[in-house]
Amino acid sequence: MATKTIRLLFYPKAKNIKNVWVVAEGLILPFLGVLVFILMWYLISSTLAGQLPSPMSAFNTLYELIENPFYDNGPNDKGIGWQLFYSLKRVFLGFFIGSFIAIPLGIFIGLSKKLSIMFNPIVQILRPVSPLAWFPIGLAIFQASNEASIFTIAITSLWPTLINTVYGVSSIPEDYKSVAKVFGFSKYAYMRYVALLCALPFMLTGLRISIGIAWMVIVASEMLAGGTGIGFYIWDSWNSLNLNKVISAILAIGIIGYILDRIFERLQRRFAV
Amino acid sequence: MRAYLEVFKVNHSFGNYQVLKDINLLIGKGEFVSIIGHSGCGKSTLLSIIAGLTKPTAGSVVLNGKEIDAPGPDRAVIFQSYSLFPWLTVWDNVRIAVKSALKHLHDKEVNERVSYYLNLVDLSHHRNKKPNQLSGGMRQRVAIARALAVEPKVLLLDEPFGALDALTKSVLQDELIKIWESTNLTCVMITHDIEEAIYLSDKIVVFSNGPSATVFDTVQVDIPRPRIRSEMIKTKEYLDIKNRLLHYLTTLLGRSA
Repeated sequence: MATKTIRLLFYPKAKNIKNVWVVAEGLILPFLGVLVFILMWYLISSTLAGQLPSPMSAFNTLYELIENPFYDNGPNDKGIGWQLFYSLKRVFLGFFIGSFIAIPLGIFIGLSKKLSIMFNPIVQILRPVSPLAWFPIGLAIFQASNEASIFTIAITSLWPTLINTVYGVSSIPEDYKSVAKVFGFSKYAYMRYVALLCALPFMLTGLRISIGIAWMVIVASEMLAGGTGIGFYIWDSWNSLNLNKVISAILAIGIIGYILDRIFERLQRRFAV
Repeated sequence: MRAYLEVFKVNHSFGNYQVLKDINLLIGKGEFVSIIGHSGCGKSTLLSIIAGLTKPTAGSVVLNGKEIDAPGPDRAVIFQSYSLFPWLTVWDNVRIAVKSALKHLHDKEVNERVSYYLNLVDLSHHRNKKPNQLSGGMRQRVAIARALAVEPKVLLLDEPFGALDALTKSVLQDELIKIWESTNLTCVMITHDIEEAIYLSDKIVVFSNGPSATVFDTVQVDIPRPRIRSEMIKTKEYLDIKNRLLHYLTTLLGRSA
């Protein structure tokens, strides 16, 4: 292994040089993109929009916030780490509740053509509604803004997973159904070895979409709810006119959203047929 | 005397489109019968009716004196598309079929049976692989093991070797016929390969073209077994049957391509 590396370094063949370039391209081009973005930001903040913080001051603030993310000076002054933690907690709780309803319901509906037809209109009507519209309903039911946020996230997570699960289960290939019939699969065996596993990639697609939307919705929901969370943090920073903190929070939200998406992408690839 | 598998006046229509018209077939126990015809002549529909997966519009199928009204493991099917579950291993594909079909077996008996049949098709070493790690020929072997492992009365084969290359095809045909000879299984095979039909069958049923396809003629194959392919193709019987089938399919039932 080591000798091979040395050989490559000292006697590079044309093919290897090309490979090095391909790897370098993969690193340099994204870096260039980020650079262009920061440059544009800088230009806009120094000309058109003077009130916008410059990249330098925003990164400074972000660095300070990340340096001590978990400080706690009472209910109105907590580190960005705490705020992200509260938001993630709500998102996962809501996401689990939503998925816990959506997956069994989706399988149940997907297995029967009649049920699919029966529930299709109601799903189609509720699906495009902004999840925030459910926030007051949550408030009315739970009389508490934290629970209302979780309720909103649960509703958000419901539709993509439900629709994808129904689709996954209802699109089981005819051949698989025939095999199950010919070999006399029990209802349980059919669920366990055919329906569930056949629909799994579709479910994971639904879950991935759900978690993405949930992470977007939590910010808005916490702006309404107040108290804790990254959404509240942004609104609070805006009220104290600290745009540096707002931008730092935006970057943190983006990075966590990206990580969540990658985790679900991994899962999807793991179970792809 | 009644035949083992009897198809009585089976008619089938999809809406106004009549696929099958007055199909009558008598198949003896242990007989290997091929059904040959142009694509779209409804031969796969007939197999599906025998399997119990499709209910005929009229007529009936009787197996061993009992009318067929639902699918069941006494009529195992081998599909052209293999139809293995891609998320299960080779072992589990066979095991779950056996466990479902023969509910009275204990787990130990199920495992022994799966092991025996995977061994029979020479796939013991690949038992832990998923189907997409196997070649087409190996996948069809798994499907054959799955079908045989439930010890059916009738084996239904829907163009089982249609998707395979010529070499793999002839190897699998040899294996199938060896198994068939040792088990006295009744086989009904759909094919559009004349040589395959002659090599394997006791009887070849020629279907007329659809719509309203029906039995055009039944050709008896009296070439003695065991048949050796290289010698069989030189015999007069083989050439006669081949020419007769070719005449049916290209001239009498010929279609402009």
